[in-house]
Amino acid sequence: MMGPTKSVLMALTQDLRPLGLNAWAAACAQAMAAGERLLTLFGRPDEDGGVITTAIMLGNENGESRLNVLRGRGRPGDTFASLTTAYPAAQMFERELWEQTGLQPAGHPWLKPVRFEGTRQQHMDDYPFFSVRGQEVHEVGVGPIHASVIEPGHFRFMCHGEQVQHLEIQLGYQHRGIEALLLQRPPLGLSAMVESIAGDSSIAYVWGYCAAVEALAGVQVGFESEKVRGVALELERVAMHLGTLTGMATDIAFLQGGATYGRLRTAIINAVMRVCGSRFGRGWLRPGGVRFGLTPALRQDLLGTLAAFSKDFALINDLMRNARSVQSRLQGVGTVSLKAAQDLGLVGLVARACGVGFDTRASLPGRLYTAHPVSVLHEDSGDCWARLTLRMREIDASVRWVREVLEAPGTDLTLTSILPVGKLRPDTLCVSVREGFRGPVVQALETGCDGSLLHYKVQDPSLVNWFGEALAVRNNEISDFPICNKSFDLSYCGNDL
Amino acid sequence: MLKSIAVRVSQGSQTIPDPRQASPAGFRGKPLIASTDCASGCEACVAACPTAAITLNPVAIDLGRCVLCGDCEPACPSAKISFSNDVRMAATDRQALTVSQRRPELDPIKVNQALRKRFGRSLKLRSVSAGGCNGCELEVNALTNVNFDIGRFGIDIVASPRHADGLVLTGPITRNMAQALQLCWDAMPEPKLVIAVGACAISGSPFEGSSAIDRAFLGRFAPTLYVPGCPPHPLTFIRGVLDLLGIAS
Repeated sequence: MMGPTKSVLMALTQDLRPLGLNAWAAACAQAMAAGERLLTLFGRPDEDGGVITTAIMLGNENGESRLNVLRGRGRPGDTFASLTTAYPAAQMFERELWEQTGLQPAGHPWLKPVRFEGTRQQHMDDYPFFSVRGQEVHEVGVGPIHASVIEPGHFRFMCHGEQVQHLEIQLGYQHRGIEALLLQRPPLGLSAMVESIAGDSSIAYVWGYCAAVEALAGVQVGFESEKVRGVALELERVAMHLGTLTGMATDIAFLQGGATYGRLRTAIINAVMRVCGSRFGRGWLRPGGVRFGLTPALRQDLLGTLAAFSKDFALINDLMRNARSVQSRLQGVGTVSLKAAQDLGLVGLVARACGVGFDTRASLPGRLYTAHPVSVLHEDSGDCWARLTLRMREIDASVRWVREVLEAPGTDLTLTSILPVGKLRPDTLCVSVREGFRGPVVQALETGCDGSLLHYKVQDPSLVNWFGEALAVRNNEISDFPICNKSFDLSYCGNDL
Repeated sequence: MLKSIAVRVSQGSQTIPDPRQASPAGFRGKPLIASTDCASGCEACVAACPTAAITLNPVAIDLGRCVLCGDCEPACPSAKISFSNDVRMAATDRQALTVSQRRPELDPIKVNQALRKRFGRSLKLRSVSAGGCNGCELEVNALTNVNFDIGRFGIDIVASPRHADGLVLTGPITRNMAQALQLCWDAMPEPKLVIAVGACAISGSPFEGSSAIDRAFLGRFAPTLYVPGCPPHPLTFIRGVLDLLGIAS
């Protein structure tokens, strides 16, 4: 019998015979036509000046999800028939592929730089904005620097009166060259850097990285370590969803919500700090296990914190959800349809708020989520209200999940040692997926013939979800943009890398 | 109305009464370097450090580079490095951010009388993230929540550079953000100061060697205050600013 579908895929490079570029694109299209989900698509240079392309598909076999790899090969400047025309879900990946490798997706309707990397750096002013013409049409540009304490990005609204016809989002200001840096350092010493790829999703990222290097080194961490990692991830989800709720409440001047969610988040992240020394879980997970186990005293501490939290969280949720002012401000605002979410391949909470029942903890459960399953929550209205409500429900579900794991009889999570992780297996591609608070964090590591890293591809869920936000504000008033933006709460640095 | 009162009762008072007395439980803060001898030729801590913050003979840690990950602690066979929950890590001098066994404490921040006169009762800050990972940004945001509440000391985060006395800089300064950062700085009226928040802003160390980083801005405008951490604890920031401006807590 097959074990539970793992969230890590391993493949020997030699088994991934690359197809010609057009044959590869056709194979990708065929897979998507058969209902497979395009999880990521990217390219890397190969040894003799060519480009190796990789698409990771999430398919279904006998009722079980499984990850598949499709490989192609071309040379910079080569063209292939763009997938985007038939499958818009590929649009951002093809833009990135074009920007990073020079391959040309012919017929791509929106081929623009994703983050102005490489030779395009510092050419932020050259972005080819879509323009709307006509009487009473005007543009409003905001950013890169915004009014609050937030990462930079440029938003340009094409408006007719107060109504937004289209929003174009130009990112790249946060580009730090992460993917190149990850190859410059020893492959087992990347934890701290991986934790700051998107510093609000440190746990999701570092867990995915750990899972990948452990698989490449042939190490399986103990079940207890996995449970502690799972607890860490859910606490991160709770804390970050609370951060979004704080921002949403403040944005609509529901001040009691802002004050209460803010201090509730403090309680959670301070509990994380009592376990691992950092309010963001930095330094908690490392290849080979976790640096900080949960002693009985810490387990009691966490359970007590969560019990107190749940009581007060229910009170403020009840107040906020039943406030007419909140309902009228959020319902029907910033709506993304289920069809648009499916077509664009939106992921994570944003997609679930549109009715897409996709959560990689459920579809790629592995050992941990098979023993402690996660039910996929969703809302159907796709508006700011759905994203607010779903965050509240996901927080409750995460708290329940953590309590279930911590309270399971006979559980001892007092881990005191980390397994040694040795050399990585050469010539191997390893893809790991972790469902962070925004959605699936995908990391693809490929080793060369000496076991060093040849390529490290990072994909934040925000990369595809930003376009969903652009759609959400269409036909809304420009004054609705801040609440739409906050309700999506996407990552700028995760996009810009 | 009753629900609102119930929430208010559940809220109680959440504000940290005196940030100078607060000592966050479990925080991995200022490193402690013990007097034990290193094993001959051992460089385990240097190898474990992801940001080259540690130098040897004698062992010293540059808090401007350190991300407080703690990876050096288990790596050291002689138990020479450990971490306290001390948040007092801010300094006015970049060179003074190094701790060693001989110099376990940072110099206390001296009140800058000129700054105190101008900003001691009202300091308006503009936050610019130039490649920050949202860790520092979240902690700068936390300064204004009900727990830390810097507003009570006359310190505020403002929305426009025109209203700002100081620039709170986070992130290593990406090349793609360098121009916008300069424009923001130019839009701020004199007199003005820079506060560098986090290891990225102070030294760029986590992203050192990247061709996407351009730190020329800091060559032109030296920070008045350095706030170490990755991200810094809000109390590290608050204590640094209160001490610099001589604000009573």
